[in-house]
Amino acid sequence: MTDTLLEVSDLAVHFPIRRGVLVDRTVGHIRAVDGVSLMIRRGETYGLVGESGCGKSTLGRAILRLVDPTGGAVRFDGTDVAGLSGEPLRRMRRRFQMVFQDPLSSLDPRQSVGSLLMEGIRAHGLSKGAEADAARLHELVDAVGLPIGALRRYPHEFSGGQRQRIGIARALCVEPDLIVADEPVSALDVSVQAQVLNLLGRLQDRLGLTYLVIAHDLAVVRHVSDRVGVMYLGGIVEEAPSPALYGDPLHPYTRALLSAVPVPDPVLEDRRERILLTGDLPSPASPPSGCRFHTRCPWRRPDRCADERPQLRVIPGGDPGHRVACHHAEAIRDGRLRPHRVEPVIAGDDPLAPGLPPELPGSVTEVLGR
Amino acid sequence: MTTTWTQRRKARIDDLAAGRSLGSEAWRRLRRDPVAISGAVLVGLFVIVAVLAPMLAPHPAAQSFPELQQDLRPGSIPGPRTGFPLGSDQLGRDFLSRMILAAQQTLLVGVLATLIGLAAGIVIGAVAGAFGGWADTVLMRVTDVLLSVPSLLLAVSIAALAARPSQTTVIIAVSIVSVPIFARLLRGSMLAQRESDHVVAATALGVRRRAVVLRHMLPNAIGPVIVQATLTLATSILDAAALSFLGLGDADPARAEWGLMLAQAQAYLDVRPALAVYPAVAIIAVALGFTLLGESLREALDPKGRR
Amino acid sequence: MSAAAGAERGIGAPLLEVRDLRVTFARRGGPDTVAVDGVDFAVAPGEIVGLVGESGCGKSVTSLAIMRLLPERGNRVAGEVRMDGIDLLGLSDAAMRERRGRDLSMVFQDPLSSLNPVVPIGVQVTEVLRRHRGMRKEPARREAAELLDRVGIPDPRRRLGSYPHQLSGGMRQRALIAIALACRPRLLIADEPTTALDVTIQAQILGLLAELVAETGAALIMITHDLGVVAGLCDTVNVLYGGRIVERSQRHRLFATPRHPYTHGLLSSIPRLDSAPGEELVAIPGSVNDNLPWAHGCAFAPRCPRAMEACEQRTPAPEEIGGRLLRCHNPVPASAG
Repeated sequence: MTDTLLEVSDLAVHFPIRRGVLVDRTVGHIRAVDGVSLMIRRGETYGLVGESGCGKSTLGRAILRLVDPTGGAVRFDGTDVAGLSGEPLRRMRRRFQMVFQDPLSSLDPRQSVGSLLMEGIRAHGLSKGAEADAARLHELVDAVGLPIGALRRYPHEFSGGQRQRIGIARALCVEPDLIVADEPVSALDVSVQAQVLNLLGRLQDRLGLTYLVIAHDLAVVRHVSDRVGVMYLGGIVEEAPSPALYGDPLHPYTRALLSAVPVPDPVLEDRRERILLTGDLPSPASPPSGCRFHTRCPWRRPDRCADERPQLRVIPGGDPGHRVACHHAEAIRDGRLRPHRVEPVIAGDDPLAPGLPPELPGSVTEVLGR
Repeated sequence: MTTTWTQRRKARIDDLAAGRSLGSEAWRRLRRDPVAISGAVLVGLFVIVAVLAPMLAPHPAAQSFPELQQDLRPGSIPGPRTGFPLGSDQLGRDFLSRMILAAQQTLLVGVLATLIGLAAGIVIGAVAGAFGGWADTVLMRVTDVLLSVPSLLLAVSIAALAARPSQTTVIIAVSIVSVPIFARLLRGSMLAQRESDHVVAATALGVRRRAVVLRHMLPNAIGPVIVQATLTLATSILDAAALSFLGLGDADPARAEWGLMLAQAQAYLDVRPALAVYPAVAIIAVALGFTLLGESLREALDPKGRR
Repeated sequence: MSAAAGAERGIGAPLLEVRDLRVTFARRGGPDTVAVDGVDFAVAPGEIVGLVGESGCGKSVTSLAIMRLLPERGNRVAGEVRMDGIDLLGLSDAAMRERRGRDLSMVFQDPLSSLNPVVPIGVQVTEVLRRHRGMRKEPARREAAELLDRVGIPDPRRRLGSYPHQLSGGMRQRALIAIALACRPRLLIADEPTTALDVTIQAQILGLLAELVAETGAALIMITHDLGVVAGLCDTVNVLYGGRIVERSQRHRLFATPRHPYTHGLLSSIPRLDSAPGEELVAIPGSVNDNLPWAHGCAFAPRCPRAMEACEQRTPAPEEIGGRLLRCHNPVPASAG
């Protein structure tokens, strides 16, 4: 189907943990990404959200082949990118680009903006003579809202927001189809974030780009995304169109995340109830058995949760685009299953968690007490 | 007037900052740094003297003067007198001329040894840092072995291996000693560059691997190595002097070189200490000059100092 | 339990009063930078006061100046920081060291770099107890375990022997809070305490801070860039821009009707979980690099959609309007909140 631009199936990235003085021994693996399948349609924005250490950045880099996948396939417009290497891979890179979190460190301090952009244009043989190239450079800096004079300047001479614009211009210079934006605004000042988010939106409308936006900020992801996937410990636990995910979150982890995001409204803040998760993220080197979230889940049941890893599925009566990896999603949605206090299972758990909260919120509107 | 403040400020910024590269900013800071200036003055003086030595020196290095020789006695070497501002050396030659001409030899040894060491170190460090894997492992283990031997001992051993002591063996010995330091340093900063976002970004952009290494990694990694080179220049001169002092250099008594002069002067230390003091002070001054320059260069290149 | 402060606390005489605080950085070969440009505020016991602003607005420098933790070299601090009627800025270094930790203490953004990596957590806590409270070794250890327990670190007796890298980010921040609380300070300054943490952990830490304040009656100065954090936690909110407080108000009033164009702009420029999805964000143009020096007018004027001619000519004076402090020539009308 031509509608699908990117299809990731059962992708895994395991980083070996090496020890040893003279000869390195592999003593284990960090399962940064562990069996992720997702599909991105042409022209849409897919938001990938999760806390640090959940593997979202690694997933983004594996799709771009900046890290090598351990298993699984990445089909980009019909080509399996995971199997490419050398020159064919390099040529393919023209079609998928990346926008980095830290705009300063992702720009070579010795390169002026003009030479930075020309480098991409030349690398893919897109140069059409000095005059046409100059026009193209002007068009690029103009598209990202920088003055023409920026071409002669060096990265350290710009403010954070301007640097991120340069990073976006670099991604655009090779006319890609897909842009993976890894935390595109989290390093920027609050007042500048909106400029960059609006710019990304305008460019998408104008150039028909497809985005994969990776972020930890649920509000940012909600704002930009058509569809959202929530990641926890290397796997996607819930995926749905943005309104469905935020309006009717099915996975306990999604609910906990949503309830934890502070909102700049004191009235709502005073009213809202939080689902406080116990403890910290387990180590991705030895993830919990069964459902990865069961060690912290307030809805955990003695059956299945600890033994069987739930797969993403559509629950009966649900939106067909709304998939969740939870054995008890229906029961939780219908209120048949009540949350309970989570006893500390592993060291690092947190006795601060509430006892039995009377009524735990679900959707954004519920969460916010509206 | 204040209504245009914003515009005036913008115009001024456009003027000032239009395309100032990191290098030119470092240069600007260097020019204002008193440490850099004193280092540059010392080094500049040394280079000028070395280059112009044949013109500056009143007499050839090997020429003995009968009027000096007649005053040479065991227990007495003639001091300063008309025509010979620094007096005589132990063989009745003009000490001043020999000091001046020695600058040339010393510069030659220092610069050549450093350049050879630098070139080899950059190649080894760049290959190890850019490609990693077994090439890295092999090169770095060899480097570690070299580093584990005290540098002077290593230089002495290498120089002693040569069939006949000569200036060339001194230069080679001194340069080999500095190779592992350059290689280690460059490899470390190349590795840091390999992980850095802008190198990943260039790869993601589809820039060819060779261009990523040569255009992005190497230029950004080489700064500390260049700084190290200025420091190595100083130690190279000292090492070369030490080798000459130990009799592992060119033994030709006619040749003037500070290290050699210092070595030969030890027999006359109680007779005329000046014969040892002048070469020693010259070596220290030059080494100090390069060290000051290197230190201020390091500071100027440090991005944290950027404004 | 909610991180929200709940009912407003009764606010009495100030515990700490900051008057006309100014911090100037002198730089070799460059003009001086004014980081804090006349900041006034007060904190009462049991009160949570927020200092909100973007990087470079002077919020962190203000807190470091109060703690007297700015390096002496190259910095000039002027103004008054009064606690118990004594100007902290005028104290000797030794007297200030006495007060630091005992009367006022601080929690930093990055718990890993604020903890000594080679010393176990327990030793770092007992050290403070022994120095400031003169406790002996065994009682100090018991007290340390109680403190760790209090901040929600499980199995505290065993954790005393843990090194910072063995704890997770959230646990480290808890340990840091335990150290800050060791001497029962009357004032706690938290500088972006949750910025390095994930949202779920942030919720835990904010809840903990609110609870501790309610329990001990200590005052808390909360420094953050996150308006959401402030909304649920602080009694009074100070919005800083370019080293000055541009708006101060009780939190409900501030968020309901932000009057300063900067506050208003910030609130409408961030994507919010409670706004209608798909709404275009109203971005604030430019960046802090465009700021006008306060001496020439309003620092925010070059970026301000409501800027008038006067804004670039006269420095707006702080005015008390309807229970809030406002520094603006052309504030957003109260009804347009």
